[in-house]
Amino acid sequence: MEQILEVKDLHVSFNTYAGEVKAVRGVSFELNKGETLAFVGESGCGKTVTAKAILRLLKPPFAEIKEGSQILYQGRDVVHMDKKALSSYRGEEVSMIFQDPMTSLNPTMKIGKQIMESLRIHKHISKQEARKEAIELLRLVNIPSPETRVDSYPHELSGGMRQRVMIAIALACSPNILIADEPTTALDVTIQIQIMDLLKDLKTKLGTAIILVTHDLGVVANFADRVQVMYAGQVLERGTTKEIFEDSRHPYTWALLSSVPTLAKESKQELYALKGTPPDLILPLNHCPFAARCEHCMQICKERNPAETVLSETHRVSCWLQHPDAPRTLTFNGKEARS
Amino acid sequence: MVKYVIKRVLYMLLTLLIIITVTFFMMHSIPGDPLASMARNLPEQTRENYYAKYGLDKPAGEQYLIFMENLITEGDLGESIRYPGRSVTDTLLTNSRVSGTTGGLALLFGIAIGVTLGIVAALNKNKWPDYIVMFIAIMGITIPAFVMAALLQYFFTVQFHLLPTTGWGRPENLVLPVIVLSFNTIATYARYVKSNMLEVMNQDYILTAEAKGVTPFNVIKNHVLRNAFLPCITILGGQIASVFTGSFVVERIFSIPGLGFYYISSINDRDYTMILGTTVFFGALFVVAQLLIDIVYGVLDPRMRIKAKD
Repeated sequence: MEQILEVKDLHVSFNTYAGEVKAVRGVSFELNKGETLAFVGESGCGKTVTAKAILRLLKPPFAEIKEGSQILYQGRDVVHMDKKALSSYRGEEVSMIFQDPMTSLNPTMKIGKQIMESLRIHKHISKQEARKEAIELLRLVNIPSPETRVDSYPHELSGGMRQRVMIAIALACSPNILIADEPTTALDVTIQIQIMDLLKDLKTKLGTAIILVTHDLGVVANFADRVQVMYAGQVLERGTTKEIFEDSRHPYTWALLSSVPTLAKESKQELYALKGTPPDLILPLNHCPFAARCEHCMQICKERNPAETVLSETHRVSCWLQHPDAPRTLTFNGKEARS
Repeated sequence: MVKYVIKRVLYMLLTLLIIITVTFFMMHSIPGDPLASMARNLPEQTRENYYAKYGLDKPAGEQYLIFMENLITEGDLGESIRYPGRSVTDTLLTNSRVSGTTGGLALLFGIAIGVTLGIVAALNKNKWPDYIVMFIAIMGITIPAFVMAALLQYFFTVQFHLLPTTGWGRPENLVLPVIVLSFNTIATYARYVKSNMLEVMNQDYILTAEAKGVTPFNVIKNHVLRNAFLPCITILGGQIASVFTGSFVVERIFSIPGLGFYYISSINDRDYTMILGTTVFFGALFVVAQLLIDIVYGVLDPRMRIKAKD
């Protein structure tokens, strides 16, 4: 498979009055052409920050991509791109849709114009052509009567429609990577399915790779090829969707999977909730970030950060339980944890 | 749209009616009357004749009806009681033109400079241009107009003999009062534009624009400015009205024959017709300005636009 994005040892910090918040601490991953990679984790674990860093959307001097971090898009260094290169990289190569469609569109600009803006920047086409293409894009994302909708303002559309418009804007220049930052969180459940189906459909049609940021594991199971479980700015476990859902090895992944409500379970059973809160990201973390909340925590977990254990070509986990000397622990599905 | 405007105009007239009524009866409730000081030493008969001449011998309710009848049928605001022979309408028109010239120039000047400074400050947040602009803004808000006027007069006329201290009729007479009057506007707009821009720049749709690859300059030009200016239009309404009524203090200091003077003096003199005239004038300007602002707002902000079918 052809690799199009490679992130190596990404560190992002926010400079606040309270101190330097290290939001992303050494995240590395790669993305292949046409695949869907999901970032999973609870709020504040660095998913969105990582996603924004890929597009360099973090605002300096408040947010800072640390020296030594590497983001390579088809071999090109994104971290040190100049303004001009960045402007053609954003939108044309990689684009992004955001969580809340109600606030992500300019309220005083017609949606057609907002789509055309992207087309005109990257394709250098005339207004008439751009308008025609904008209508086609609206049709592509299943907006009814696109010829009249192109002149609508965002407030005249529903949340689901606006998210469709966002998708149309993002896909306008057929980028290689689409970053979807919790694209369905702010929408009704029925609309969520429609939007995810649309994304799935477009993905097969256009061959766009997708980075899906979400905390909805249901969406991940149906949609992602590979999953990356994040916590406190680090990747704790990564693997194919099958590996993560059926053979996960990290206690945090187990906790996430346990807290998904299922219909099959006895309805009287109380839903599992992970106790405690993620660590304060201002403080240094030299041990496993999950140690304080882990049910299987050992002495070593509080002293040193585990290295990544390679379980298969795709499956990797950072957990001391994988160490040969660790006691045997059950997996999420009751199998023994050590291979 | 037409229906909306008609509805608004009717509301405007109602508002004006209430303003006039309240002013009329409040004015009559102040102790003393326009003739009290002058007529005190006159013989009984002469005094009564005087009061009869202005209709002041009638009960307040009747006076009110006569005033309203004249206003509605002839648009006549009557004659000044303090300055016999001067029609209130004439005074308003002549003097408001003078106030309007200085005030209008000051407003234009103030908005132009204020908006520019606001943009500069927002784009250079927490850097030296921002600090300088905010320093100017704080000066503009805290230094009273009479201090500013006196300082300018001192430097520009006493020290450097560049401009006349006071007077009216020549272009150079305008410079100092316009600067003094515009200072507050500059300060208001600089601060307002800056905070609005910073707010808009933090909105999600700016991120969307950046993610599209829009260059920083075009993000500001196409996405930030329009959204940041919209709320500024709201404060313009009140300011347009005050342009024509002038400033009592500034007009006094620079001996400008504007309207500001009459707002204070008419009340001191209990000059009933003039009080009503000035109040009606300001009230009418204010409601008309508000209506204009609302219409302009509708044109600029699609969310405020009234559907043609309604």
